[in-house]
Amino acid sequence: MLDNIKEFASEFFVTGDPLIYGADVSIGLAMIAIITVLTYFKKWGWLWREWLTTVDHKRVGIMYIIASILMLFRGGVDALLMRTQIALPDIQFLEAEHYNQIFTTHGVIMILFMAMPLMFGLFNIVVPLQIGARDVAYPFLNSLSFWMFFFGAMLFNMSFVIGGSPDAGWLSYAPLSELSHSPGVGQDFYIWGIQISGIGSLATGINFIVTILKMRAPGMKLMQMPMFSWSVLSSCVTIIFAFPILTVTLALLFLDRYLGAHFFTLDGGGNPMMYVNLIWMWGHPEVYIVVLPAFGIFSEVVATFSKKKLFGYKSMVFAMMIISVLSFFTWLHHFFTMGSGADVNAFFAITTMLIAIPTGVKIFNWLFTMFRGRITFTTPMLWTLAFIPCFVIGGMTGVLLSVAPADFQFHNSYFLIAHFHQVLIGGVAFGYFAGLSYWWPKMFGFKLNEKLGKWAFWLWNIGFYVCFMPQYFLGLDGMTRRVSEYSWDMGWGPLNLVSTIGGFLMGIGFLFQVWQIAHSIKFMERDTTGDPWNGRTLEWSIPSPAPLYNFATLPQVKDQDDWWEDKQRKQQGLPSLKTPQPIEPIHMPKNSAIPFIKSLCWFVAGFGFVFDWLFFAIPGMIGVLICMLVRSFSYDTDYYIPVDEVKRTEAALRGTN
Amino acid sequence: MQERKMRLSPREAAHTEVGHGGHSAGHHGHDEHHEHEHESLKTFGFWLFLMTDCILFASLFACYLVLHGNTNGGPTAEELFEMPGVIAETFILLTSSFTSGLAVLAMHKKNLKGLITWLAVTVLLGASFIYLEVDEFLKMVHEGATISTSAFLSSFFTLVGTHGLHVSLGLCWMIGLIFQLKRHGITPVTMRKVNVISLYWHFLDVVWIFVFTIVYMMGVM
Ligand code: HEM
Ligand SMILES: [Cu+2]
Repeated sequence: MLDNIKEFASEFFVTGDPLIYGADVSIGLAMIAIITVLTYFKKWGWLWREWLTTVDHKRVGIMYIIASILMLFRGGVDALLMRTQIALPDIQFLEAEHYNQIFTTHGVIMILFMAMPLMFGLFNIVVPLQIGARDVAYPFLNSLSFWMFFFGAMLFNMSFVIGGSPDAGWLSYAPLSELSHSPGVGQDFYIWGIQISGIGSLATGINFIVTILKMRAPGMKLMQMPMFSWSVLSSCVTIIFAFPILTVTLALLFLDRYLGAHFFTLDGGGNPMMYVNLIWMWGHPEVYIVVLPAFGIFSEVVATFSKKKLFGYKSMVFAMMIISVLSFFTWLHHFFTMGSGADVNAFFAITTMLIAIPTGVKIFNWLFTMFRGRITFTTPMLWTLAFIPCFVIGGMTGVLLSVAPADFQFHNSYFLIAHFHQVLIGGVAFGYFAGLSYWWPKMFGFKLNEKLGKWAFWLWNIGFYVCFMPQYFLGLDGMTRRVSEYSWDMGWGPLNLVSTIGGFLMGIGFLFQVWQIAHSIKFMERDTTGDPWNGRTLEWSIPSPAPLYNFATLPQVKDQDDWWEDKQRKQQGLPSLKTPQPIEPIHMPKNSAIPFIKSLCWFVAGFGFVFDWLFFAIPGMIGVLICMLVRSFSYDTDYYIPVDEVKRTEAALRGTN
Repeated sequence: MQERKMRLSPREAAHTEVGHGGHSAGHHGHDEHHEHEHESLKTFGFWLFLMTDCILFASLFACYLVLHGNTNGGPTAEELFEMPGVIAETFILLTSSFTSGLAVLAMHKKNLKGLITWLAVTVLLGASFIYLEVDEFLKMVHEGATISTSAFLSSFFTLVGTHGLHVSLGLCWMIGLIFQLKRHGITPVTMRKVNVISLYWHFLDVVWIFVFTIVYMMGVM
């Protein structure tokens, strides 16, 4: 009996690696600490009522952001472990197997569990405020999306202490990811972790499209909408077309592994190349899904800190929409070398190059917005300024990669690694960091410390170039990606060492960001105006943090940059164009525990499928169905905030009594 | 009736009294306006969901088209498909789409009983469709044609099975809705729900027509 348990445990838990024992201990300690603190301060009820069951878009947004920062930490640690292993030739720090697991988890976590949720966090916090809405279109669904992401991410992250991590790369090409080549449970964690959170992302896509199309404040025409909201719209449109393909791809891979189907297997008539096509039909649009909102953020930041209207508003909108569409016709550039033939390669090379055109238009728009502007160099603006050259270089190396014949040389080399990190860090990460510091006061009612923010910025920016510029040359020297060890005679040592130093500089940059947040919480610099940056769009017209209902009366919009125009008019002593509206009772959604419970059921079911434990999988799925039915049968899902409560809150917030 | 009304919130009570399109003064009128807006918002979201579902099916069809020739020495479509059963399934599903349309018509005439009856008929037809499909699948499995026999059969079972799963979920949902209609009657909320499910049902019908032509017809031709 005891032996049985021992044997089970030694397979169930990942054993034998001191790094992982360390992780076990720290996870255990962190859990104990959290539970103790919550119990000691009697905060369980608070946690449940105010956060776990909330349907308020602002809180959901904050939870997304917290989760994504934790994931950034994990993904970053993974990155530094890898950079340590390849800093010099012949290092015996990580074994090859472990290295495979780490680049896989790093890639998945950074894109799906760091970038996506950070992006959704900003969507949640900003979009309703920016378009003058009281919430998103479906607050319940929104909370469900968050919890699906959260439990999906937990399931994926568990794999490194329980069962073993996936190790077939961040896109898990078949047949490597098939049972024949990856017999462990790691690949199943991959499938279910991503599947569960992916369903959440799909729902978020639908939610924000409807929010933006149907819930704008009275008077706000589409062509007056703030640019960030436009970028969210284009990103969400891309989501709803791309994510179903991911759902199908993962489901088919699961059927191959679980029921012995032959979609992508080598035997039985399967077609592994179909996997590669399908996964990139989602994967390429995915990178635009994460970068488009970053473009939106830069547009807001540039206009605000140059004190000018955004240059070329219409061309910006067109450029984003064109990128959304084109992003579906370039997927094959990820495998020019896999034998599609010259004609097909030529088609995809050209579509890829075409994307450079709208992107270039956007770069010029940002430059012209700054031209003759009165620029203030705040942290959000610094991230934006650093983004431009970084993205230009990354874009140009991207065009080099898109030249199909040349790609036979670059393909899967460190040249590629340098390229995509340049656009992902310089574009996506810098963009979201800009957004985070820009909207931070709106989320929490205080500003982030500028000085520490600048330290973080310079460390990231310098660290980035030190880390990734050498990699272009390593790639040209023949170093391929995903190698965990190389010998002295390759001559790659020095550049790799420089690259690793750059990686650690970025790591220190991250620590500065954490310090910046901690410091700013301690020495709170309160934002009492609600408009700390002298902003242009509606979110700055309300107190920070925004009250539960956002707007006591719905704003009436007349202009693009409405809040700015309003302020200008006031300054010139002109009468406001707005007629004051009477406050009416405000219709609000009630909190609900169903999203949390339903996602937990998904988690249980996913866990069951991973280990082929039907006694987990079946109850989990039944739980999911019950949650759906309960929701369908509940009719008492909203309430009204009475007028005098709104009046009281407004008076307290605006200090007018 | 009196008792039931007590349990309803004032808002719902207002609806049962004035019904759809009625205008009561003051607060309730405002609510009603709000509620309609909410319901139409949900219908719009459902259209978007259907679009994502379209892409899901499109991907499955694409896989089927890529793999349908890879029979791996196992049975082919011609050997396997029995058209009479499939044609029966098709007629049943098409009829159920028609009856779900009749349910919506009854709803617009404020005929609760007719609505529930037609929904129940739709459920019965849907259930017989599923019965026939499961029967067909089981027969194939007994003949040794399973999901793991060949790539062709993997994609066949997955595509047709996904459609069947959609129909089954729709059935559960429709049964749930019948109970809700019994409890709440025809209100803006239940109206929206009926509209949405009939939309879903028609959508599944259209998908089935594609399954019928691309999988079955082209398979036996
Ligand atoms: C601190 C900054 C970062 C460093 C030092 C870093 C480092 C690395 C390293 C060493 C690899 C493995 C290269 C190989 O052996 O093939 C890698 C792969 C990758 N990274 Fe990063 N990374 C960083 C940030 C990011 C971010 C922000 C993202 C995405 C938003 C990202 C996405 C990826 C992806 C998708 C892969 C490919 C994984 C695979 O090969 O399957 N990385 N990174
Ligand atoms: Cu691509």
